[in-house]
Amino acid sequence: MWVSSQPNTEAKSIVKIDVLIYNSRNHMSVISAKKITRVYGKKESAFKALDNINLDIKQGESIAIIGKSGSGKSTLMHLLALLDTPTSGSLFINDQDSGKLSKKELDNLRNQSFGFVFQQFFLNSNNSVLENVILPLKIAGMDRKDRTKRGLEALRSVDLADKAKNKASDLSGGQKQRVCIARALINNPSIIFADEPTGNLDSQTGNKIENLLFKLNKEQGITLIIVTHDDELAKRCSRQINLKDGKVINRGKK
Amino acid sequence: MKLIDILQTANSNMFRSRLRTFLTIIAIFIGAFTLTLTNGIGAGVASYIDEQLGNIGAKDMLIIQPKNSNPFGESTSTPQKYEEGQSVTNTGGISMTLLNQNDLDKIRSTPGIVSADFDISVAPNYISGPNSDKFKFTASSYYDGVNISLKAGSIPNNHTDEKQILLTSDFPTVLGFESPEKAIGQNVSVGIKTPTGEQKVVYAKVVGVQEKTLMSMGGLQLNSPLISELHTLQTEGLPADATNKQPIITARFDQSLNDKQLEQLKKTLNEKGYNAITIEDQIGIIKQVIDAVIAVLNFFAGIALLAASFGIVNTLLMAVQERTKEIGLMKAMGMSSRKVFLLFSTEAMLLGFWGSLIGSLAGVTVGLVANKVATDTFLKDLVGFELTSFPLLSIFVIMFIIMMIAFLAGTLPARRASKKDPIEALRYE
Repeated sequence: MWVSSQPNTEAKSIVKIDVLIYNSRNHMSVISAKKITRVYGKKESAFKALDNINLDIKQGESIAIIGKSGSGKSTLMHLLALLDTPTSGSLFINDQDSGKLSKKELDNLRNQSFGFVFQQFFLNSNNSVLENVILPLKIAGMDRKDRTKRGLEALRSVDLADKAKNKASDLSGGQKQRVCIARALINNPSIIFADEPTGNLDSQTGNKIENLLFKLNKEQGITLIIVTHDDELAKRCSRQINLKDGKVINRGKK
Repeated sequence: MKLIDILQTANSNMFRSRLRTFLTIIAIFIGAFTLTLTNGIGAGVASYIDEQLGNIGAKDMLIIQPKNSNPFGESTSTPQKYEEGQSVTNTGGISMTLLNQNDLDKIRSTPGIVSADFDISVAPNYISGPNSDKFKFTASSYYDGVNISLKAGSIPNNHTDEKQILLTSDFPTVLGFESPEKAIGQNVSVGIKTPTGEQKVVYAKVVGVQEKTLMSMGGLQLNSPLISELHTLQTEGLPADATNKQPIITARFDQSLNDKQLEQLKKTLNEKGYNAITIEDQIGIIKQVIDAVIAVLNFFAGIALLAASFGIVNTLLMAVQERTKEIGLMKAMGMSSRKVFLLFSTEAMLLGFWGSLIGSLAGVTVGLVANKVATDTFLKDLVGFELTSFPLLSIFVIMFIIMMIAFLAGTLPARRASKKDPIEALRYE
């Protein structure tokens, strides 16, 4: 079991996270939310974006968070991805209470175990495709040689190895999103968070991206947490979490 | 993120908006350029003055004049009371009180003074060499311990019976010597008139030829046997009371005195009614003027840098705004706030680095060209004079200071970047 009061050098926390992943694979619960509530604003103007959510996500699941805009689905994803902290309740990542982690441990956890795919891609158009893909490894402080090698591997897995040296702005929408997936993959994450991954793409290209994500889910056992409006995409997931006014209204299984 | 990656990322970020970066760097460039140039001139002049300090006189020498007297004569702003027995000389409207044997004894008996003598001034009419042409010249005493940049020969010796003279570099040829070297050991004749108007000639041996310097404008230097001989002729037949008076006494003080004790000695002499200054004090006045000019120029450079630092703040605030989403993404991917801060403050320092590097290089180039022009033209006669001097260390110091200013300017935008909430930043339109 991981004790958070251990010295938190970077090297050690990587080891810790490996232990976490190992533990989690035993327990099979990768994220567990206990009565999480998120309130924006104070007193009279207070607004409950999420109300008393309980959730348990197992390793290898694919989860769709659905709901109308303003239902709190983005807020939920941000909380699960440790980009935000709940007003009350607690969130366990690999059986570890996230509220007890230091800022640095949270940063490391996101860097080592999470991958992010966004609707708007967020690629740096001045940089090469490869430079964009290896950003998480650069943040992690990996050597140039190693990160280039892993970057090319990740691009190969999304069939874009030949575009490595191109500028990110030269790519089509679908290619851009594949670069984003390669970027999300590069750190061998246990979870990929995807916020409307097909929202900016035509249905055919969107389909290809979906196939890619589910392939990773099946072949590598990466847990998928997808926020989407798209019912088709939601149905392909193993579980849907339907939110309305900050509450879970059904918990359908496929 | 590793430091090298931060450096590279910041450097490439800096060139994303080339025109904006260029304009920001120009402001820093102006500051760096001015600082480099003014400090270069300051260092050049200071090193020359330091060198000349040895040329003009020994470090243990005190120039003593009656109190209320200064090198430019008696102050006439307030009427001074005449004291019984005082002698006064008047040259061209500048009156100076004279010192006599009594004063000399008083100074000699002051503790800390090793020796003291009248600074005898002689006024020979001419000097003449092998070609018998007669030239006017100014004679001054050679003082022991003086550093002289010699072109040929050696320095005069005061402790001999031989009458010696030190020429400046332009004299040997006009006097008819083939070269400065050929003049060494040869005799020249010095003409002087007695009080009765009789023309007398004294022969002196040329022992050396000195380079012309700022401080050697005083004239040809004569050793003490030659000076005394000329003085004897100049005052021939005058009563002793009339000859034993001079406006200046030069004294040597104990070299083991420290600065505090030297100040005390000057104070003691002051209480006795004399104004004593060292050669350093005299040069110090010139130095102070130059230092003041440099200080003013540095002040302007400082203002340029202050303006430049606002340019840096402005540029980086825009960059932070433009890269909001990128910052959000990097933070979502686990980049710490500290590293985000470092990334932007590094960019600020790089702006300072490039601006100061280019500015210093331009400053050095302009300085060296100006120096070449100056030493080839109006400073030609002053051998060894460098208008500008650029020690590498001082350039590094200037660059370091500018980078620190840039860093400080960068802290505001960098702090703003580091405080960005990744969720808000990713949502930013």
